[in-house]
Amino acid sequence: LAPWVPVVGLEIHAQISSNSKLFSGSQVQFAAPPNSLVSFFDASLPGTLPVLNRRCVEAAVMTGLALNCSINKKSLFDRKHYFYADLPAGYQITQQRVPIAVNGSLSYSLCIDNKMSQMVTKTVRIKQIQLEQDSGKSLHDDTRSQTLVDLNRAGVGLMEVVMEPDMCCGEEAAAAVRELQLILQTLGSSQAVMAEGQLRVDANVSVHHPGEPYGVRTEVKNINSIRFLAKAIDYEIQRQIEELENGGTILNETRAFDSKLGCTVPMRDKEGKQDYRFMPEPNLPPLILYDAKSLPANMNHQQVINIDWIHERLPDLPSVKRKKLVEQYGILPEHSFTLLNEDGLGEFFESVVKQTQMKPKKVIGWILKDLLSYLKQHSLTVKESPVSSFLLADLLNLLEKKEISSTAAKQVLAELWKGEGKTPLEIVKEQKLELLQDQKELEQICQAVIDGHENE
Amino acid sequence: AALNDGLRSQVSAALKEGRVAPTELCQRCLALIKSTKFLNAYITVAEETALKQAEESEERYKRGQPLSILDGIPIAVKDNFNTAGIETTCASNMLKGYISPYNATVVQKLLDQGAVLLGKTNLDEFAMGSGSTDGVFGPVRNPWSYSKQYKEKSVPKSHSEDEESNWVITGGSSGGSAAAVSSFTCFAALGSDTGGSTRNPAAHCGVVGLKPTYGLISRHGLIPLVNSMDVPGILTRCVDDAAVLLGSLAGHDPKDSTTIQDDFKPFELPNLTDVSKLSIGIPKEYHAPGLSSEILALWSKAADLFKNAGAKVVEVSLPHTPYSIVCYHVLCTAEVASNMARFDGLEYGHRSDVKDSTESMYAATRREGFNDVVRGRILSGNYFLLKQNYEKYFVKAQKVRRLIANDFVKVFRSGVDILLTPTTLSDAAPYTEFIQEDNRTRSAQDDILTQAANMAGLPAISVPTALSERGLPVGLQFIGRSFQEKQLLTVAKWFEKQVQFPVIQLEEVKRHDSDVFQHQKSASFS
Repeated sequence: LAPWVPVVGLEIHAQISSNSKLFSGSQVQFAAPPNSLVSFFDASLPGTLPVLNRRCVEAAVMTGLALNCSINKKSLFDRKHYFYADLPAGYQITQQRVPIAVNGSLSYSLCIDNKMSQMVTKTVRIKQIQLEQDSGKSLHDDTRSQTLVDLNRAGVGLMEVVMEPDMCCGEEAAAAVRELQLILQTLGSSQAVMAEGQLRVDANVSVHHPGEPYGVRTEVKNINSIRFLAKAIDYEIQRQIEELENGGTILNETRAFDSKLGCTVPMRDKEGKQDYRFMPEPNLPPLILYDAKSLPANMNHQQVINIDWIHERLPDLPSVKRKKLVEQYGILPEHSFTLLNEDGLGEFFESVVKQTQMKPKKVIGWILKDLLSYLKQHSLTVKESPVSSFLLADLLNLLEKKEISSTAAKQVLAELWKGEGKTPLEIVKEQKLELLQDQKELEQICQAVIDGHENE
Repeated sequence: AALNDGLRSQVSAALKEGRVAPTELCQRCLALIKSTKFLNAYITVAEETALKQAEESEERYKRGQPLSILDGIPIAVKDNFNTAGIETTCASNMLKGYISPYNATVVQKLLDQGAVLLGKTNLDEFAMGSGSTDGVFGPVRNPWSYSKQYKEKSVPKSHSEDEESNWVITGGSSGGSAAAVSSFTCFAALGSDTGGSTRNPAAHCGVVGLKPTYGLISRHGLIPLVNSMDVPGILTRCVDDAAVLLGSLAGHDPKDSTTIQDDFKPFELPNLTDVSKLSIGIPKEYHAPGLSSEILALWSKAADLFKNAGAKVVEVSLPHTPYSIVCYHVLCTAEVASNMARFDGLEYGHRSDVKDSTESMYAATRREGFNDVVRGRILSGNYFLLKQNYEKYFVKAQKVRRLIANDFVKVFRSGVDILLTPTTLSDAAPYTEFIQEDNRTRSAQDDILTQAANMAGLPAISVPTALSERGLPVGLQFIGRSFQEKQLLTVAKWFEKQVQFPVIQLEEVKRHDSDVFQHQKSASFS
């Protein structure tokens, strides 16, 4: 059988972290009472007009720069028309013709064969980033044959990040999304928490034989976590391969991921192809951005956005942070990945290193093996850890000074997890875990053991 | 003070000096509205709130602290502007009973300056039309239908025929506002102008109709027809008053991103005496098919008036003028299809009882809520916006629009200051004649002289010039450079002074306001 080449592209919607919505002043807040954050414009009251939120533009520029994009100094807004209960105006304002950022790239790392020690770096091209409005939420109440509409989310700013079909499997997609998530969180442009709908990922999947043109692609939606993203993609790839090998065809359709069954199913709603009748948004002039060169001399700097100014103030991106950790502390690259992957773990590690004489290369083992596994076992975040960096440093100092063995140290750690407020030293004393340094005492104990087992 | 007084020249002074009280003025207007109800100019009369506003104004005058020159002045507003607490219907079933929670910026500005809001005026449904005949509240009647001047000239076709079947239209779509100003029920009114909707009825009703430069006055709260062409329009009885209204309304609005950022400085109109430095352009393409010989003659006389006064009068060419109607049709219907998409019965307005599904509810709501003019434009617009048609129609029309706008740029660059053209093809048609043709045909015919100014975003004003042979008003139009309203209005004021357009002689007004005809000028432009 000829080999199959799977092709995966992604469309990611990241909710912009801002106080107010993209084109109106109503607040952005998760899980507020229904329809409590809706301005006249959000409700599409006739005669209301969009006013662009500066913070949202800055967030998109930051994100574009972090993803190595060209920022378009002039971008345009368009209307995308369709009728749906959660779209009050009957159209969404988006950027279809000229988006704010194009032609970027994202580098991400994967472990080969699940071995952390063998990491490979891959790149996915970013086609574009566009600003657009989020829709409201509609809930179908079948028992009462009604649809309930909540417009709190209607009009919230989104950045749509389009990743080219450069990925080949669920694992790659998951790693790319994870890295994007970290970048967004570092920038602060989006909190990117998938569970709260701040990061939504749709996957475009197709398969073909090498040398042949790309196959028909399907769009997979309704993916609620990075883990499910990988599962959904891998399932869909398999499904397509099996279908084709059995002589079937792939429909250009939208499928939903069913997390309970672990499979993708066709979505009822989408019938045929929609014509969105794109039209320029007449109420918003072109969005003009400046850089140091093009900035007019007498322009009020409150009125404009200077791309270079934003570029100068970008924080260290995850890739830079990892490099610095490796260089500063001599840890392995794969260690730096885990440190950044877990919220707060990097800071915890650095804090421990500051408070102990133990070399960072040794500390890292305690962080990644002992602390992290304990946290995972109990589904705790670093912030929720009953063992503080201070306590752990304290313990590691005892070990470093050879006052206890490493076996004993693990025992003490287990005790510390109970969070009973005891210090490592107190536990060592309680459980008599001190390493005996006295030669004479050691001989006495050994002799006692031998004497007690004369017959063996 | 008389109801036909100029706002600026007479009424404001009278209020300030205490010769007339705001409440009295308000009551007289309200009474006149009642007695001219047959004109059907008003959809909603906000009697209670108006009187309250008048009382508050009176208090301010007593304290010697009027808010502005508009304090206490009764004003009417076209029913496609949002007015908080007062019904806003757009003359459509879709918005019958709709009470907006906010004021349009222009309405708020008027109220902030102490104006008294008498009510909302009638229009073509959603401002689509050129007759003010296609709204759900019925057609507006031109007050001149009941004027002595018209009745004298009209030949009854039969004995039994009376005024009822002879009445003429106001033009549109801001016919209610034009009729309200023309019949003295208010001192000024807001209209809107997308293809001529303020200037057209102004010309037919013998009042001044100003279309400001696009971007000068905020559209926030004006229910849009074509976002890229709409402007709030100003209807008054004289050019000076239009300048006053302009001064009180123009300027940047952060709520409307299409308004200009620069500061606007209100101006007083100078009394121009010397026109020798002026260059008036006469665009030859405005000698459009269907232009009545009467209006052609008046246009020519007006050109001579300027020439004889020493101005330079030149023929110019705006070659793409003939394409403007089809271009407008494509762009207008496309925007209409988009703007009307929000009317689904879900959040506000009419909602159908059909409940089988969201989609069927939407479809029924829209079928029930919109008249066939609106529905027709939506269908056309959606057709032009289809992916396969977009380049051919919408993008093409945008390009033609650019060419039309460039025609004006070239002419103004060649040294012409103001263009002089007719506003309408003829005087107002009798209603029974007007409705023989459908809305689309009429709009296409009637918009030809006014609509290019909307394409190019230029300021334009219609000034009442003379009475036709049938005793009905004819107006002429001046088109100016972008944001050069001061120059435009100065020239218009000079022209107004030259032509001395007669005051309408209305029985109802005479009965109510005995000193109305004190300053009547009987000389007309000839």
